[in-house]
Amino acid sequence: MKDYIVNFWQGLFTILIGMKVTFKHLFVPAVTIQYPSVKPQLPERERNRLYVNMDDCIGCDQCARACPVNCIEIETVKSVPGDDLGTTSNGKKKALWVTTFNIDFAKCCYCQLCVFPCPTECIYMTDVYEFSEFSRENLLYDFVTLLPEERIQKKKNFEEMQAKKEAEKAEAAKKAAEAKVAAQKEKPEVKPNDTSSENKEENK
Amino acid sequence: MMYDWLYNLTGSEILSMFVVSLLPLFVFILPFALFAVLMERKVSAHMQDRLGPMRVGYHGILQTIADIIKLLQKEDLVPTATDKTLFNFAPLLVFMGSYAAFAAIPFSGFFIGSKIDLGIIFIVGVTGLVVAGILMAGWASNNKYSLLGAMRAAAQIISYEIPTLLIILTVIMVTGTLSLYDLSEMQTPYFWNWLILGGPAIGLEKVLLIPFMIMGCLIIYTSTLAEVNRTPFDIPEAESELVSGYHTEYSGMKFAMFFLAEYANMFAVSAIVAVLFFGGYQSPFGYLGNTLNLPWLIPIEQFFWFTSKGLFFVFVQMWLRWTLPRFRVDQLMAFCWKYLIPFSFVILLLVGLITLI
Repeated sequence: MKDYIVNFWQGLFTILIGMKVTFKHLFVPAVTIQYPSVKPQLPERERNRLYVNMDDCIGCDQCARACPVNCIEIETVKSVPGDDLGTTSNGKKKALWVTTFNIDFAKCCYCQLCVFPCPTECIYMTDVYEFSEFSRENLLYDFVTLLPEERIQKKKNFEEMQAKKEAEKAEAAKKAAEAKVAAQKEKPEVKPNDTSSENKEENK
Repeated sequence: MMYDWLYNLTGSEILSMFVVSLLPLFVFILPFALFAVLMERKVSAHMQDRLGPMRVGYHGILQTIADIIKLLQKEDLVPTATDKTLFNFAPLLVFMGSYAAFAAIPFSGFFIGSKIDLGIIFIVGVTGLVVAGILMAGWASNNKYSLLGAMRAAAQIISYEIPTLLIILTVIMVTGTLSLYDLSEMQTPYFWNWLILGGPAIGLEKVLLIPFMIMGCLIIYTSTLAEVNRTPFDIPEAESELVSGYHTEYSGMKFAMFFLAEYANMFAVSAIVAVLFFGGYQSPFGYLGNTLNLPWLIPIEQFFWFTSKGLFFVFVQMWLRWTLPRFRVDQLMAFCWKYLIPFSFVILLLVGLITLI
């Protein structure tokens, strides 16, 4: 009987204690935030979407080699002597046109390994984490600042230069050959030191 | 009274009856349900250190209106294996039960749907329809979870009606009237005349009654809380055990009917507690209309006091919901039969002895 009364009293009393706790919480400021309008303060070293500052990129390909999932694709074209590529922010001279710099964020594992090898610190993690897409293709980001025509132009410039060089080389070779032929025609005699050179080599 | 006033104004019995009978629905139940759903969500959110709905309107005040529009647009699904007639009729019956209770509730001295002498017994009786409706809904849904929920609801509501009625009987013994209007009029407009503080009579009887009235108030509040199936007594619709109890298979406006009935019932039982123990529509400290000599102000004040008392008890129901965990079925029955009923019998007996003094 005593237990019965004690039970009843305790049941009543503990409910009041519980109600006191919940009533106090009625006036505690909310711990949640209104997400899309108010965003949480992320830690300083958060790892989210990558960004590449193409002004500083020298096209060294180190980030692509560091990437464990091969999500970075870089193609570069050598500059033609007349081109002015400018310098990076830490004073390095750029020598390559970057014609492809694709990062596939569908593959990216946000490991930050590409950030450390970069000599100019142009690839880094941003605080953007809302970039979901309806199709996977949209996650392939192109960072190159050149226009598509410009990219073709740069390649063409380089090829032309290469062709010109080849042509020059060929011409030079031709000239040399001609000169040789002319020289041979002028001096058909056998050179006296030919045998000696052979001997030297044998001695070695 | 509202009916007489309208009858004098229009001269048509049918029209005035129609207006008087529809007033509680459109002036009270619907706005109250809209408000109470929002209040429930806000109270629960703030008790859990959240903010609750914030998007629709300032701090989400239009949220329930948006919800109603959504529910109206929803497809009215009727599963193939259900008993169609009963399935469609059950939500109506549940709502009828809780709406009929409002006929006898005195909103103010000026407005009671019907001033019947058996007011309190009428309310208790007509709320019995809710049990039938719930059982019907569970059975007609042809779903084991619905049926389980409905069986639990029936068992629970019928069990908890016993302590409710015993406490009502105690109050009737003290006051000697069954009419809610007379009960409210008796507890004149000062809070020391309320029945929770022993009623209007002065003397030894008043002092002796106070502890029993407080106990009785607690018991009737608990048992009516169980009758409207709210936490901690929400085993009929326990989300974590039964999917959603007897309204698992309902969608759209039929589901909204159940919801409306639940909130209407919440207010009805709060109103009963307010009328029986807290002076009904009477103001706790006299009327402004009497002091300013403006007789038309009194009914408005009475309506204000009645709704604020009702809303306070509804708030306590919500408060309890976010404080206490749910009962197990056997605990629920044990609580009713082993604690509430013996205590209400003791109160009945002792109050009976006190009234003999």
